[in-house]
Amino acid sequence: MKTDIIIAGVGGQGIVSIAATIGMAALHENLNLKQSEIHGMSQRGGDVSSNMRISSNEIASDLIPYGQADLILSIEPMESLRYLPYLSKTGWLVTNSAPFININNYPELDDVVAKIKSLPHNVIINADAIAADIGSRRSSNIVMLGAASHFIDMNFDSLKEGLRQIFGRKGDAVVDANIKALEAGRKYVADNYKL
Amino acid sequence: MSKLLLLGDEAIAQAAIDAGMSGMYAYPGTPSTEIMEYIQHSKLAKEYKIHSDWSTNEKTAMETALGMSYAGKRSMVAMKHVGLNVAADAFVNSSITGVNGGIIVVVADDPSMHSSQNEQDSRFYGKFSLMPIMEPKNQQEAYDMVYEGFEMSEKLNVPILLRITTRLAHSRAGVERKEVQKHNKLILPKNPTQFVLLPSIAKVQYKELLDNQAEFIRLSEESKYNTYTDGTDKKLGVIACGISINYLNENYPEGVPFPVLKISQYPIPKKLVEKIMAECDEVLVLEDGYPFVEEQIKGVLENEPIKGRLDGSLPRDGELNPNIVKRAITGEQFEITIPEIVEGRPPALCKGCGHIDAYQALNMALNKYGKGRVFSDIGCYTLGALEPYNAINTCVDMGASITMAKGAADAGLVPSVAVIGDSTFTHSGMTGLLDAVIENTPIVVLISDNYTTGMTGGQDSHALGRIEKICEGLGVLPEHIRVFNPIAKNMDKMVAILEEELAYDGISVVIPRRQCVQTMRNKELVAKVKELKLNDFE
Ligand SMILES: Cc1ncc(C[n+]2csc(CCOP(=O)(O)OP(=O)(O)O)c2C)c(N)n1
Ligand code: SF4
Repeated sequence: MKTDIIIAGVGGQGIVSIAATIGMAALHENLNLKQSEIHGMSQRGGDVSSNMRISSNEIASDLIPYGQADLILSIEPMESLRYLPYLSKTGWLVTNSAPFININNYPELDDVVAKIKSLPHNVIINADAIAADIGSRRSSNIVMLGAASHFIDMNFDSLKEGLRQIFGRKGDAVVDANIKALEAGRKYVADNYKL
Repeated sequence: MSKLLLLGDEAIAQAAIDAGMSGMYAYPGTPSTEIMEYIQHSKLAKEYKIHSDWSTNEKTAMETALGMSYAGKRSMVAMKHVGLNVAADAFVNSSITGVNGGIIVVVADDPSMHSSQNEQDSRFYGKFSLMPIMEPKNQQEAYDMVYEGFEMSEKLNVPILLRITTRLAHSRAGVERKEVQKHNKLILPKNPTQFVLLPSIAKVQYKELLDNQAEFIRLSEESKYNTYTDGTDKKLGVIACGISINYLNENYPEGVPFPVLKISQYPIPKKLVEKIMAECDEVLVLEDGYPFVEEQIKGVLENEPIKGRLDGSLPRDGELNPNIVKRAITGEQFEITIPEIVEGRPPALCKGCGHIDAYQALNMALNKYGKGRVFSDIGCYTLGALEPYNAINTCVDMGASITMAKGAADAGLVPSVAVIGDSTFTHSGMTGLLDAVIENTPIVVLISDNYTTGMTGGQDSHALGRIEKICEGLGVLPEHIRVFNPIAKNMDKMVAILEEELAYDGISVVIPRRQCVQTMRNKELVAKVKELKLNDFE
């Protein structure tokens, strides 16, 4: 198997936790993995992304070549489009619809959503609302991971195991909230999209 | 042992811990910062009492490591590429002193300038200093090279330069560990004058270093990290340095059809280069950074059939990637079209950052003098160059704010203002301030104190609780050292203080002081600030 994922968003939206969870899940399944991320300026509201590659074979490059990503997993709608050159013709774009507006020239949200919906394989859901519904507002990143889990070639249980490893230190309540968020994202997509 | 999922930086740190390193020395700098941070958080490092406090700057880090080496123990230094400019005096001379305990100097270059002001290639420093250079292709090689590097340094009596780039530093992969080695015993150098670089001694040791070059080349030629893989299509040969081999392999999952020479250890393995040049019609050189190998093989006379960054086969600047490498070999073009609707999202100062209020006050106070007289430095506050602040006019290298303001004042631009952060001030602002004190130059030095090294993620600042004392000690008059809390309700007072000091015909220091909002959850820092009573001022 091979899944190449671009994880996208804005500094502070929890991209690192998503990447770490997938990473742990991949180790759990004994898969090869390379994950390249941008640090540094990331905490000051700039765009951030991570190249995540999982494969049963050896992986050469840390960077995903253009046109080869199987999945763009984005926590922010405009950011999901920034990485389109990486998406393969058969790849999926899965994004949160709730915008993060910290620039004056943020485009009209309707236009952004229209552009996303014009793509052949897109999933756009309001992860912030889903996270709020289940009472854990800060887990919209993990809701998105759950939504995208349909397109990651790994056992869903491995992702849960990944969450346990990443959040274990913070106690059972945090782990449970995140697992709930993961399941809610997955279920929402299963219920509302024909996959 | 089981595999760990580690960043390149973390693999380097783990290897140093496992290889019996006794002291880690560094000043933060993206993308090298996580090396020290990993050691600071490592239980094993604590158990072995490995030194892991930050240094004031890269030069003090390099020199302290050299001192530890003198005492027989293994030490490592880490910095970003421009840090090596700061450490260069110690670094270049350390190849002539040689080592007692092994030294590895890790320098993280930043091609494409993800978070730096240039993309200088540290391999030139290694060559300049006549040191062996290691350039790992992945996290595992980074681990292995560090693990074996201390012994190599001790055997060859020279520090080893480990050169990485952002991509490796900040990429995770599985890494296999090796057994933990014992630390060296405290033991003085056998030759008591080894570290005395008087000309008479330095001449002898420099000759030895020169004589050792042949051995360094031989080691490169035999290194397991430099590999020659034959291919059937000899129209082209590829020399791939460090991580660039991965971009090549990515394009040929079934195996590269051309002969490939991978270089991960320098000096350049001469015999292997001769071989690939002899076997192939043309040779493409892939390297992330400057055309370091390409230029050396090509020579001034350019009579070798070499392709690379110099003839336009590859871009002259920026990071490589699989597509760029493919285009250089096959001519296959690629297009990058981002939908027009997508806008840039540059980093900005955090909401509630004290730098913002300091800049507002400064802009108001400077109104009557006109624009173009604020010399700034490197840190979060550099973002004050952008909208809506437009508050600063320069950013060159760490420490350059105070000295450039002085030079401009010397030229007649009075008043001139320097804006510098607390960590940058102790990194390399203090010496420039002394210059200004000696001549009582009419500049205002604004030290925006947020108790931390904010830009790189909130590391300790050596300036904590010391700034006024340092300035007074250097000779700034106490009545011209002014501290205030940069919050909106103080705006009038801040502007008044700045106006007074701008009108003063001499050196003054103004200190807006408020904790970086990103460090509010750092309990240790909050307690320290309380203990030092830093927030208790008018
Ligand atoms: C020679 C050198 N070393 C390290 C760095 C990385 N770096 C950039 S700014 C900075 C320090 C910023 O701290 P401070 O001056 O306190 O300002 P703040 O970011 O907290 O506002 C560092 C370490 C660099 N650019 N140059
Ligand atoms: S990290 Fe700290 S110093 Fe930097 S912009 Fe944010 S609040 Fe300001």
